Amino acid sequence: MNTFTLKYKLFTFFILLFFAVTTNAQKDSSFIKRISADTSKLKMNLDAVYNRPFLQMGKLPIALGGYMEINTNYSGTNGVADGFSFQFKRLTMFMASTITKKIKFLSELEFEDGTKEINIEFAAVDFEFHPLLNLRGGIVMNPIGAFNQNHDGPKWEFVERPLSATQLLPATWSNAGFGLHGKLYRSNWVFAYEAYLTNGFDETIISNTKGKTFLPATKQNRDRFEDNFSGEPMLTGKFACKRRRFGEIGFSYMGGVYNKYQMAGVIIDTKRKVNVFAIDINSTLPKLNTMLIGEFAWVMVDMPAAYIQNYGKQQHGGYLDIIQPILKRKIFGWEKASLNLAFRTEYVDWNVGSFDVTGDKIYEHVFGIVPGISFRPSAQTVLRFNYRYQWQRDLLGNPATRTAAIQFGISTYF
Amino acid sequence: MKKRSLSLSVLVLFVLIISCTKLLPPVPKNDEVLAGTIPGLSPQHEKEHLKGDEAFGRIFSKEDGLGPIFVQASCSNCHIENGKGHPSTELTRFANVNGTVIDYLLSKGGPQLQQHSISGYSAEVLPAEANVFSKRVAPAVMGLGYIAAADDQSILNNADPNDANGDGISGRVNYVNPTNFFTSLPIHIANNGQYIGRFGKKAEKVTIQDQVVFALKQDIGITSDFDMQDLYNIQFGNNTGDNVPDPEVSSGFVNNLVFYLRTLKAPPRRNTFDADVIAGENLFTQIGCASCHLPTFTTATSDIFALSNKVFHPYSDFLLHDMGPLLDDGYIEGTAAGFEWRTPPLWGIGLAKNSQGGKLFLLHDGRATSFEEAISFHGGEAASRRTAFGALSQPEKDQVIKFLGSL
Repeated sequence: MNTFTLKYKLFTFFILLFFAVTTNAQKDSSFIKRISADTSKLKMNLDAVYNRPFLQMGKLPIALGGYMEINTNYSGTNGVADGFSFQFKRLTMFMASTITKKIKFLSELEFEDGTKEINIEFAAVDFEFHPLLNLRGGIVMNPIGAFNQNHDGPKWEFVERPLSATQLLPATWSNAGFGLHGKLYRSNWVFAYEAYLTNGFDETIISNTKGKTFLPATKQNRDRFEDNFSGEPMLTGKFACKRRRFGEIGFSYMGGVYNKYQMAGVIIDTKRKVNVFAIDINSTLPKLNTMLIGEFAWVMVDMPAAYIQNYGKQQHGGYLDIIQPILKRKIFGWEKASLNLAFRTEYVDWNVGSFDVTGDKIYEHVFGIVPGISFRPSAQTVLRFNYRYQWQRDLLGNPATRTAAIQFGISTYF
Repeated sequence: MKKRSLSLSVLVLFVLIISCTKLLPPVPKNDEVLAGTIPGLSPQHEKEHLKGDEAFGRIFSKEDGLGPIFVQASCSNCHIENGKGHPSTELTRFANVNGTVIDYLLSKGGPQLQQHSISGYSAEVLPAEANVFSKRVAPAVMGLGYIAAADDQSILNNADPNDANGDGISGRVNYVNPTNFFTSLPIHIANNGQYIGRFGKKAEKVTIQDQVVFALKQDIGITSDFDMQDLYNIQFGNNTGDNVPDPEVSSGFVNNLVFYLRTLKAPPRRNTFDADVIAGENLFTQIGCASCHLPTFTTATSDIFALSNKVFHPYSDFLLHDMGPLLDDGYIEGTAAGFEWRTPPLWGIGLAKNSQGGKLFLLHDGRATSFEEAISFHGGEAASRRTAFGALSQPEKDQVIKFLGSL
């Protein structure tokens, strides 16, 4: 079966499944029960995968949900406009099932840019032995930083995902594997941990058409759900804590061997590792209700001895979102609508270091700001208008190329 | 409330509509950037240029056939912004010289060091037998189409190998053997089966195509229809190449690159009406710099109409000159001795900082970090010009420097 046929069949299957459900709904509106989730509130990032609205159909053991994202884009670099485009970014569908009280399954299938990319982003089963001890197995989202797990479009006030999440870290990044997670409640505090062993990165992170160390390049490897390129599992671990009315802070690590160092039992290369550390925060300032969401990550990659310096051994980057609600009341008939001002500042340095030959600093970085306005008719739907401006400098630090984009988008759970 | 919300929405919509073009970054001034096409290209040629631009920027990976040993992974990694390169991407040629006999050490990985390799493969190191080394920073690639379109006679007209005119300058052409894919054009004049080299730091390449095919292979490790034999590391017995079938790029890809280089605009001048710049150019001529750095050439008839019979200002005579002991790297190329270098075109030198990370790395190996320092390395035939520059007053020197900055 060719790729197109497979994509077409998958797409058709899910569309038919969804319409089958909604057709029943028209016959009997009590058949469908909406399980809402207040997606605008700051939950723990660990919970993000289940903190979504679902439709439960009668006594069917399956709940369905999903979200879509569409936006306009008008952008240009150094005065040369790329033209105006409509971009259907994502159609994501969730299927969840409570197999027994303590065994749950959830899957997330994403169609990106139409049917250009179809990915199973999450498909895992959870066994709860104790609130502190849950076993998860399947395709799991590696909990590095916060965005990778908490990436649903309707939760964000910005059309584009943060650069550090997509151009430094490979969000959405999921792999086949197993792991444990758990939570501990102590008065106003919640502590959570996650630890997974999964398949990992491959050599495309240092040999790719981007010309720089680029972790997202591994996502092009279609075999990664069945074959671990290096032959060694990758460890991803996270510890997070949250104090009520203050917010959450998380510390995470992801790392493992990324190269094929043995073949047919013969050692052919030295083991080279990639290590990623991240810190993430989300908080709401009291009284002002200003939301602060941020993440910063550090990447360290062992490079082959005779490699070009275009590929960085160290990288770092992050973002900070500031969201200020300015109206929260009935607007245009929507009971709990809100209007927000939003501002993102973000930075990625793909090559931290200096040239061996001259000792001069290596640049290869981008800095961006994104002011915006968002309107939420309900917590699950957002209309957002963003203006992006970014400065990107090449390896040598030559005058920055300046890019701007004006974007209007809609993202909603359904 | 409804009224207020509505007003706000209208305001947002209004901003949306009016801001689209005004909020985009402005176009940099044409005379400050090195990208762009020669004037007068047809839309079809513009389209072909863009194809070449894409090829020039293509970053090769292991899966594309990069290496297995290489210097850099893309044309644009060395010729950043089409401008002068940076020492971090310099290449090294090596050989064993015994008197006037040169051995390019082909059996030891010569003539060029590929100091990088794909993962799991050994990179080259300089062999113990090598006793001469020529480090080279990538040149700017602007305006090459004009240089390629000038006829051999216009270069020969300025040659004076025996200094018959007694001006102390004895430029000569470098006759080199043509490649097996060279096609002679009406602009070329053969000399016992050899042709005049006009590209490369020692004028060792006759055409842009020669340079492109050589650089693809020796710098990136990419085979093409014109040179099918992949590189491998002969030094460590890794006499296996990569796993990508050869040729790794087609003749079409090479031709796109050549067309791109032929149609890149000439480096733009700035401040040409500035009094100091005009005075500086006069001094430049008076002290004899223009004897080699000839300001003006005219192209012959070209298959690209926009290049036909055009006056251009490279500030070079494309001839080999004895540059003295300070610039003698001992490396012989064709008939060019170690101390002989082709006069590098000075056009675009004023914008070199914009492609070299805000600093200057001048001369063939980037050793000079200012115009004054570059002049101070001039010896041999150019020694008298260096002395003449040194004799200028400081304001006069500043004027010459200002003129160079305007190129």
